[in-house]
Amino acid sequence: MTGSILEIRDLRVAFTGAAKPVRAVDGVDLALVPGEVVALLGESGSGKSVTLRSILRLHPENKTRIEGSIVAAGIDVMALSGAALADFRGKTVSMIFQEPMLALDPVYTLGAQITEAIRKHESGVSADAARKRALGLFERVRIPSPERRLDSYPHELSGGMRQRAMIALALACNPKVLLADEPTTALDATVQVQILLLLRELQRELDLAMIFVTHDIGVGVEVADRIAVMYAGRIVEIGAVRDVIRAPRHPYTIGLLSTRAQGGRLSGKRLPTITGSPPDLASLPPGCAFAPRCSSATSACLEAAPAAVELGHGHAVRCIHTAAVA
Amino acid sequence: MKDENASAPLLQVRGLVKHFPVKKNLLGRTTSFVSAVDGVDFDLRQGETLGVVGESGCGKSTTARLLLHLIEPTAGTIRFGGRTVGSVALPLKEFRRQVQMVFQDSYASLNPRLTVEESIVFGPMVHGIARHVAQARAHALLERVGLDPVRFAGRFTHELSGGQRQRVNIARALALQPRVLVLDEAVSALDKSVEAQVLNLLLDLKGEFGLTYLFISHDLEVVRFMADRVLVMYLGRVAELAPTEDLYTGSRHPYTSALLGSLLSMDPDRRTVAAPISGDPPNPIDPPAGCRFHTRCASAQAVCAKGAPGLAAHSREHWVACHMFDAGSGHGSAPAKAA
Ligand SMILES: Nc1ncnc2c1ncn2[C@@H]1O[C@H](COP(=O)(O)OP(=O)(O)OP(=O)(O)O)[C@@H](O)[C@H]1O
Ligand SMILES: Nc1ncnc2c1ncn2[C@@H]1O[C@H](COP(=O)(O)OP(=O)(O)O)[C@@H](O)[C@H]1O
Ligand code: SF4
Ligand SMILES: [Mg+2]
Ligand SMILES: [Mg+2]
Repeated sequence: MTGSILEIRDLRVAFTGAAKPVRAVDGVDLALVPGEVVALLGESGSGKSVTLRSILRLHPENKTRIEGSIVAAGIDVMALSGAALADFRGKTVSMIFQEPMLALDPVYTLGAQITEAIRKHESGVSADAARKRALGLFERVRIPSPERRLDSYPHELSGGMRQRAMIALALACNPKVLLADEPTTALDATVQVQILLLLRELQRELDLAMIFVTHDIGVGVEVADRIAVMYAGRIVEIGAVRDVIRAPRHPYTIGLLSTRAQGGRLSGKRLPTITGSPPDLASLPPGCAFAPRCSSATSACLEAAPAAVELGHGHAVRCIHTAAVA
Repeated sequence: MKDENASAPLLQVRGLVKHFPVKKNLLGRTTSFVSAVDGVDFDLRQGETLGVVGESGCGKSTTARLLLHLIEPTAGTIRFGGRTVGSVALPLKEFRRQVQMVFQDSYASLNPRLTVEESIVFGPMVHGIARHVAQARAHALLERVGLDPVRFAGRFTHELSGGQRQRVNIARALALQPRVLVLDEAVSALDKSVEAQVLNLLLDLKGEFGLTYLFISHDLEVVRFMADRVLVMYLGRVAELAPTEDLYTGSRHPYTSALLGSLLSMDPDRRTVAAPISGDPPNPIDPPAGCRFHTRCASAQAVCAKGAPGLAAHSREHWVACHMFDAGSGHGSAPAKAA
């Protein structure tokens, strides 16, 4: 795609530590334009986090086989190493997590961590100037009494405030792409809404491209322009939020949307379900990975992994029966 | 809280309190407490599903553990079928057979060295049931929860998926033929597609075995689906208790309204524009005085910081602990005290 800020092509990630390689990501294509938000939706183990970590090259080199290409802001991510890779992380692409302590260091104050991040990436910024920027960031993520909070340690903050501090740190060096790995999953409902609104606002103001990983469709609908549904290491459906929510075309997406206990309408009646459970990534079937659970599956589904079928307006589905399951 | 129901409730909880000591001074004396549960009253009626919702740390699990007598209450009473638990009339062992629990973390609650069958027959055998009877029951239950005993009876827990482990936990809880299941975030660790399977199973089993459920979850949609009545907790206290649809369509307590207002719409044309309340829940080690919600409540007035509102009947089945609904409380919105 021309004009994309991030472009992933045929990404394949296999972990080779065990007897049989685990094929966690199995041919992912995804491109984002500046300022665009894509929700990457999928069940546990579908490869969402592995996809995100690949973009920052966070996988252990010796036990991971990684193929395909990733280009972010014109930088060939696969070719990076050493100082260039360290500079790329945080400055071009930055990441936030479900567990803020993955990003925050318990032994330094929040202010020290943010100023350190700024000065590491931008030589020539004085300590005073960096501190001023850190204060601005804390105000921006709406941490109350920001001046005092800069001198706090991470454990001194409540869950929601820690999440805000992590966002401030991730934005410290003005990245162009933000990777968000379930940043609101562990939060309480009333706090989750606050953080979602904050992220949406910051993303717009800073024109950030964002991949937002979640297993909650409702969260995806709140933040994203497009939704990509992942199943067993592949994006099986992608499209504008409205199209995917209102007219899902992959049997897995259709199942996921109907299986939710939502509103009072289903109360006490049996829920529609998807039978079975996701496949073992160490012994994936040759065909469509969803076939064993799919009520529309035929023998043709077992032969080869389905290619993406374009349905128009960027809505694409990996299912050979797409025309039939409309 | 008066008991409005003519028939005695299956389980009656009154004035339940649990304070955990958290800090000790140099002399080893406890200097501060977490008020995890602080004066909770409710009834669990025969055959109902009572949902319990509230944010993390509000005391849901502590309430469950107190109910099962896994921990000692600081104060309060629990009666089961009219008898005081732990009395001669109802020894703890007998009570434990009747009330069983399923936890969220199905991995930690199953012994990794036991096979699926062994973990299910363990409870009944402790209660004096012959091995072959317990085994036959275990196989029937495995079949019933959708796990083929031929394939699964001999497996160890680490050889199961999350959904399968949770089915084993349910089978294990049912092996003693209890009357009540306490389900503490029993589906929270499961993926949506597997969660739906387990919820359906719980519905079926309830009808089949005439069970009563206390269903604890932070997921408001799931509770709406499962529960007949819902109890809302905030910082160790009951905020509101009402029949499910009354609560979801006509909540009275400002906290319940904020919680429901935080539900995401699933509609791209109706995205949330403003958060219903700001800030995080306060620390239960030093909870706010008066109404514990007053620090985040948009309707709070001077009286809210002073006295704690009691749980009062708003209508016959709908209970609210908020000064706005307490006649003569001194809150500007409260109705005048009836003569
Ligand atoms: N370092 C690793 N070594 C071996 N296998 C791994 C490693 N990291 C991830 N995996 C496996 O890769 C698969 C995809 O994992 P991933 O973390 O991307 O899932 P996810 O979609 O983010 O799930 P969740 O919703 O649970 O976070 C899983 O089967 C996981 O066990
Ligand atoms: N054994 C314990 N010791 C000290 N504090 C505890 C203990 N168990 C629970 N708590 C505290 O009690 C409060 C209520 O906890 P819990 O009942 O687990 O909440 P919930 O299940 O609603 O998330 C929390 O603040 C929690 O940290
Ligand atoms: S008692 Fe006061 S502070 Fe508490 S919920 Fe009611 S109005 Fe709000
Ligand atoms: Mg993940
Ligand atoms: Mg709990």
